[in-house]
Amino acid sequence: MAVAAFHPSVSQAALLEFLLRIGDNALILGHRVSEWCGHSPALEEDIALSNTALDLIGQTQLWLGLAGEVEGKGRSADDLAYLRDGFDFRNILLVERPNADFGKTLMRQFLFDAWHYLLLRALRDSSDKRIADIAEKAFKEVSYHLDRSRDLVIRLGDGTTESHRRMQEALEDHWPYTGEMFLADGFDAELAEAGVIPAPESLKAGWEEIISEALLEATLKKPADGYMHKGGRRGVHTEYLGFILSEMQFLQRAYPGATW
Amino acid sequence: MDVAPRPSIDEVWHWLRQVPDPEIPVISLTDLGIIRNVAWQDDTLVVTVTPTYSGCPATSIINLDIETALTQKGIAKVRVERQLSPAWTTDWLSAEGREKLRAYGIAPPIDGTAPDGILMKRIDRLSGTSNLSISCPRCGSAQTEKISQFGSTPCKASYRCTDCLEPFDYFKCI
Repeated sequence: MAVAAFHPSVSQAALLEFLLRIGDNALILGHRVSEWCGHSPALEEDIALSNTALDLIGQTQLWLGLAGEVEGKGRSADDLAYLRDGFDFRNILLVERPNADFGKTLMRQFLFDAWHYLLLRALRDSSDKRIADIAEKAFKEVSYHLDRSRDLVIRLGDGTTESHRRMQEALEDHWPYTGEMFLADGFDAELAEAGVIPAPESLKAGWEEIISEALLEATLKKPADGYMHKGGRRGVHTEYLGFILSEMQFLQRAYPGATW
Repeated sequence: MDVAPRPSIDEVWHWLRQVPDPEIPVISLTDLGIIRNVAWQDDTLVVTVTPTYSGCPATSIINLDIETALTQKGIAKVRVERQLSPAWTTDWLSAEGREKLRAYGIAPPIDGTAPDGILMKRIDRLSGTSNLSISCPRCGSAQTEKISQFGSTPCKASYRCTDCLEPFDYFKCI
């Protein structure tokens, strides 16, 4: 197979790093959400969560497939998903956080969806056509994810005393993990300069607008910006990632190359 | 050895019109609008397919069904290629396909209502009105309500008719 041509002014390292980041976000959140399959509070929610997970896993195949192509070492999307170790993963910490209760799952989804939506919307105009093509596809799916997670955050926030309490708690719990979405390093700067990706901080105002409007309607109080956790984007993860990987990768580790 | 005459592109389209969608077998792959192109490349017939949803589990079955159908018609070399852009949209569902869906009990998509980056206006959400009016495929009533954004397959949402009380699937716009 021909080695993929990349944007002339962009280094392979930067492009690969970005593709792993966006692909790993979809993969790890997709896996997390799929843990609800068969356990959701209502049949419709079970179906909705499974569908969301399916979309994210589908997007993972596209992003990590392209990552493997850019890397040029013959690794497939499956190889990257199943045969890398924790420190190789580039997802933000928010998506590896445990599901806990339904409220925490939904709040994590909403905080992520609002950002994912804005990121993909901007990536549709990427100067790298392959990235723009995947974003065009994924954006349509993620628009539905955001519609749903935002709607449920509003309903449960502005719901019963108990649902309100849980949603407020979920918000405060996840908030310190949202800052990582807008961090940038040398790779981001290089790619943003070449028009491959939007500068991460450029998404912040739009994200805050979506979040603030929904929280107002949900009668939830936005936490003050304080300390923000980081590390996932450079492979430094919470202990939760290891548990996800041990479950997700078990089969390929125990029976290398197994197919069905 | 005699080589069978190469079938025309029109003939191939005709054959593809008979390949059913694996999940909603009342419509064909061409009704669904996912086959973007058919062309000969030397002795290989290349069929270009665009996926409905990126994680749709039917994708690999669809590719297999296309290869099987064309091989059975005597085409020795078939290659199915994926094309992501322009992304598939329900606008490409054929008129005939929409009628088949309705008859099967699935409300067909209403064009132009896909989420396009403009989130539903707050006032509409608060007042419970929607830009969608979806008729019940069983009794035709427009008195229906959404149960869930998602349904039994990635391409559907769950609705309920408040007149005849039947739940039904809506083939949602994307």
